[in-house]
Amino acid sequence: MNRKALLRRLLAYTAPYRVFLLLSFLSALVSVALTLWIPVQIGQVIDCMVAPGAVDFAALPPLLVRLTVTILAAALFQWLMSYFINLIIYRTVKDLRNRLYHKLGTLPLSYIDSHEHGDIISRVVNDIDLVADGLLQGFTQLFTGVITILGTLFFMLRADLWVALTVILLTPLSLFVAAFIAKNTFHHFHRQSETQGKLSGYVEETVGNQKLIRAFAYEEQSTKKFREINDLLYLHGQKAQFFSSLSNPTTRFVNAIIYAAVGLTGALRAVYGGLTVGQISMFLSYANQYTKPFNEITGIIAQLQTAMASAERVFAVLDETEESPDAAGSLPTVKGEVTVSDLSFGYSPDRPLLTNFTLTVPAGSTVAIVGPTGCGKTTLINLLLRFYEPDSGVIRIDGTDISSLPRDTLRRSYGMVLQESWLFSGTVRENIAYGRPDATDTEIKAAAEAAYAAPFIRRLPRGYDTMISEDGNNLSQGQKQLLCIARVMLADPKILILDEATSNIDTRTEILVQRAFRDMTEGRTAFIVAHRLSTIKNADLILVMKDGKVVEQGTHETLLAKGGFYHTLYYSQFAT
Amino acid sequence: MWKLLPFLKPYRKQAIVGPLFKFLEAVLELTVPLVMIRLVDRGVAERDMPYIWRMAGLLVLIAAVSWGFALICQYSASIASQGTGTLLRNALYKKVSGMSHAQLDKLGTHSLITRITNDVNQLQTAVAMLIRLVVRAPFLAVGAVFMAMTIDLRLSLVFVVVMPLIALILYLIMSRSVPYFRAIQKKLDRISLYTRESLSGVRVIRAFARQKEEEEKFYAAGDDLAETSVRVGKLSALLSPLTSLVMNGGIAVILFCSGSQVNIGRLTQGEIIAFVNYMTQVMLALVVVANLVVIFTRASASAARVNEVLAIEPDITSPKDPIPFPADRSKPAVEFAGVSFSYHADAESLVLQDISFSVSAGETIGVIGGTGSGKSTLVQLIPRYYDATEGEVRLFGADSRRYDLKALHRKIAVVPQYASVLSGRLRDTLSMAAPDASEERLWHALSVAQATEFVEKLPNGLDTLIDQGGKNLSGGQKQRLTIARALVGDPDILILDDSASALDYATDAALRHALRTELSDITVFIVSQRVSAIRHADRILVLDDGKSVGLGTHADLLADCPVYREICASQPGGGGRR
Repeated sequence: MNRKALLRRLLAYTAPYRVFLLLSFLSALVSVALTLWIPVQIGQVIDCMVAPGAVDFAALPPLLVRLTVTILAAALFQWLMSYFINLIIYRTVKDLRNRLYHKLGTLPLSYIDSHEHGDIISRVVNDIDLVADGLLQGFTQLFTGVITILGTLFFMLRADLWVALTVILLTPLSLFVAAFIAKNTFHHFHRQSETQGKLSGYVEETVGNQKLIRAFAYEEQSTKKFREINDLLYLHGQKAQFFSSLSNPTTRFVNAIIYAAVGLTGALRAVYGGLTVGQISMFLSYANQYTKPFNEITGIIAQLQTAMASAERVFAVLDETEESPDAAGSLPTVKGEVTVSDLSFGYSPDRPLLTNFTLTVPAGSTVAIVGPTGCGKTTLINLLLRFYEPDSGVIRIDGTDISSLPRDTLRRSYGMVLQESWLFSGTVRENIAYGRPDATDTEIKAAAEAAYAAPFIRRLPRGYDTMISEDGNNLSQGQKQLLCIARVMLADPKILILDEATSNIDTRTEILVQRAFRDMTEGRTAFIVAHRLSTIKNADLILVMKDGKVVEQGTHETLLAKGGFYHTLYYSQFAT
Repeated sequence: MWKLLPFLKPYRKQAIVGPLFKFLEAVLELTVPLVMIRLVDRGVAERDMPYIWRMAGLLVLIAAVSWGFALICQYSASIASQGTGTLLRNALYKKVSGMSHAQLDKLGTHSLITRITNDVNQLQTAVAMLIRLVVRAPFLAVGAVFMAMTIDLRLSLVFVVVMPLIALILYLIMSRSVPYFRAIQKKLDRISLYTRESLSGVRVIRAFARQKEEEEKFYAAGDDLAETSVRVGKLSALLSPLTSLVMNGGIAVILFCSGSQVNIGRLTQGEIIAFVNYMTQVMLALVVVANLVVIFTRASASAARVNEVLAIEPDITSPKDPIPFPADRSKPAVEFAGVSFSYHADAESLVLQDISFSVSAGETIGVIGGTGSGKSTLVQLIPRYYDATEGEVRLFGADSRRYDLKALHRKIAVVPQYASVLSGRLRDTLSMAAPDASEERLWHALSVAQATEFVEKLPNGLDTLIDQGGKNLSGGQKQRLTIARALVGDPDILILDDSASALDYATDAALRHALRTELSDITVFIVSQRVSAIRHADRILVLDDGKSVGLGTHADLLADCPVYREICASQPGGGGRR
């Protein structure tokens, strides 16, 4: 996207606040004009007091009153300007953020699975802030800067051409100096940030692995390498800091020269051209005011560039292709028969995983999916829930093609317990009632009871009102899974999708989880990613997966008799 | 913050020279308006052209000398601040290297990383500011008032009113907005929490069709944030208009009073200009002071966090006179004598309770139990990652605390549950424990760890570069590498802390077979939740809730350890099969 299009698109987001935008620009205009008028008026007052006995007392009061009013009004409009700009910034940030969040909800799972979450979060949180801050503040500064320059030019030229020319001609000097320094320090900065990045990376790695380093008595080597990088950082850091810190005194030096030149030409013009002392005072003030926007311009440009880069990252997400729109079909009471016909699917076109896969699961039966770690057991789950869409083929529930249903309708007919139990920050009660927010207290407690979760919930400090911290760190893995089971129990779906945990659950909770799973599958159709012998043996159908493909299917007995991959897999558990 | 002063000590020269020259620069800066007064009052009034030229030349000269002084100051500042930062980072890194596991757990690696990087950077900025601005800004403010007094004592009273007024405005607005900023940060954290949850929980949210509710929650948080931001925006928008209002007001008052003064000849036009000038200077200087306060507040928080680390004394260290490792292999390799352990000081939460057992050299010991039973903790006491709260852990017949710590770590190799490898060449990560290990030794270790095949397949073999966090390796590959790495050091005791969980059953079995046949003389501890991983160990230690509830062979335990039977019953292949 080119810059102009990017900018236009961004500005479109401020459209609802057009009135405020207009008001803020008006306030900026007025406040800058008034601020510039102040030195002129001060000069006029000074000119009323030329020498002892030559003070124009009659002219002074109205001038002073006007000055006071101008000062008050300038302050008022300056405040109004900031106020309106703030209003626009924060509202735009909110809108853009909401839009982005909403967008995340419409993106296909493939996007969310294949992008780092930290990066997406940073777009939602940081990038949007940078966009709004950078753009709007950048523009305000640019706007006020331009008005200031034009205003000072106007007042200066009106007062005296020659002194004005001095200021106009000398000012770019400070700009050049700043640009020259920036250009010549860039590579120092670059090297500094590179080394800083290297150091941070090294610290992150070695401090993060400090236990490992200790275990291998590797402290000396790691410290040595750290010192090397750190010394390098000093070398580049010192240069970068020194050279960049040149710009402030140097621009000040140039400004001081301009100040002297204004003093000189002002005095000369006063002697030969009738410039008043008051006007010299005005010129001296303007010499500072006029150069300020020029000095700030580099910063503004950098800020705008950051904002643009961030905007691009935000728009990249907003431009992602959304999930296909929902169909309008409906599903009567679900019985639970699932049929898969001729299904083909691959996460990438060059690696097909399922080809012409067909499966019939009568209502109420249990399907176990087994296979080595990482063999793609979750693929079928992704397709059943339409987290991913098949390349071809149809999945039907009770004879209805699931792609003809709204996703929400389809998903409500399932109950899902994943291995990595996901709980959100909220109370235990809220987490159980997640699928049915309208559930009564009795129903919630009954579900917890049925999931064998009630006893441990009662032992929690605040029972059902205990807050679960982010990621549920205050609960054990097994307890989390029990809560997820209770959540599904409450929703009471006809089809279950269960992902058994491999380990990390203590024996007693494990027994409870298994019992809850068994109770739950009673009378329901269930797809279970299985690790437990009991689950596998009792399944009505076992799908054996390898490298993302279903390689065998059948019951425990038929598969063992076949002597294929399942046979190997099953007996490797007992190998020595 | 002053506790960190010693780190500035090597840069004493810079820390004195820098501010000194900045001070001189400020003095020169204050004389500029005085020169301008003369230029106007004498030069213009008396039409004295040579004088005007001389004064303008003097202004240029002052500017040039100021510039030179400023450069000297900036140079000193850059050396002192970057140098101090470098020293601080070294000191912190060294401190972290000496920390015990308990200390690392307590501070958290994430927090330590921030302290070494961000906090030191904050302090570095503070040192630079200290040298560059701390002398200059207050001096300019006070100096401007002083100069104004020398011109006209009565008129300078305006400064006495204006200066505290500006300071008060700065203080009030800033101190009032700080709590808001904190609130905003909290609200922003909530936004990022909701976003994170919506991503990590995307399957659950969609499965329960709760997107709309999640969105509403997010929008509410956004509204809340925007509202607070607007409120603080209103407040901080006051800062600049109010201060310039007061400054311009001061100028107006000066102008108001100076009419009669000029009339009776007590004040000149040039002096009025100087007053206006000083007034501007005072305000600018005060704004800088306010910013300095902010920088130093932030830096003092950083300094506290850095100090906290520096104040830590390593709690697990080598003894003063370590004893050598005995050559005699008859003594038990590992012996626990009434060992109890707690991660926290209170005895209520004992993770291990009164554990005693003895393992002869060359024995393989399985350790099993549910989560939280203390398996991992138990084996971590062997290499002194933690010290026993009560009782004694003996190695080769002597208290483990009597050996040199590093030597001890070389004797005992631990393969942790979470396989982590350092970035760099595969060869380097393998030979961490023995930097001079021969090629042959590396390959042998790889073969025992069942890793030969995949390493051979890598494009550059042992010279393959591993990404940070081993991202270019699979979980199973990383795990096998960590096992090989442990073996390269030729340890006497090998501890596999649930480290085969990412391996499939067949590889796991082959690994155990290789360990038994190739390295029969080392003592091995295998910690696992899987019965299949430990059932063939010489003896199995069963832990339940921190207590030892059984020790014996698989058969013994099946016969008389109910907890072991229960564990077996819940696992495939663990049941009655022998």
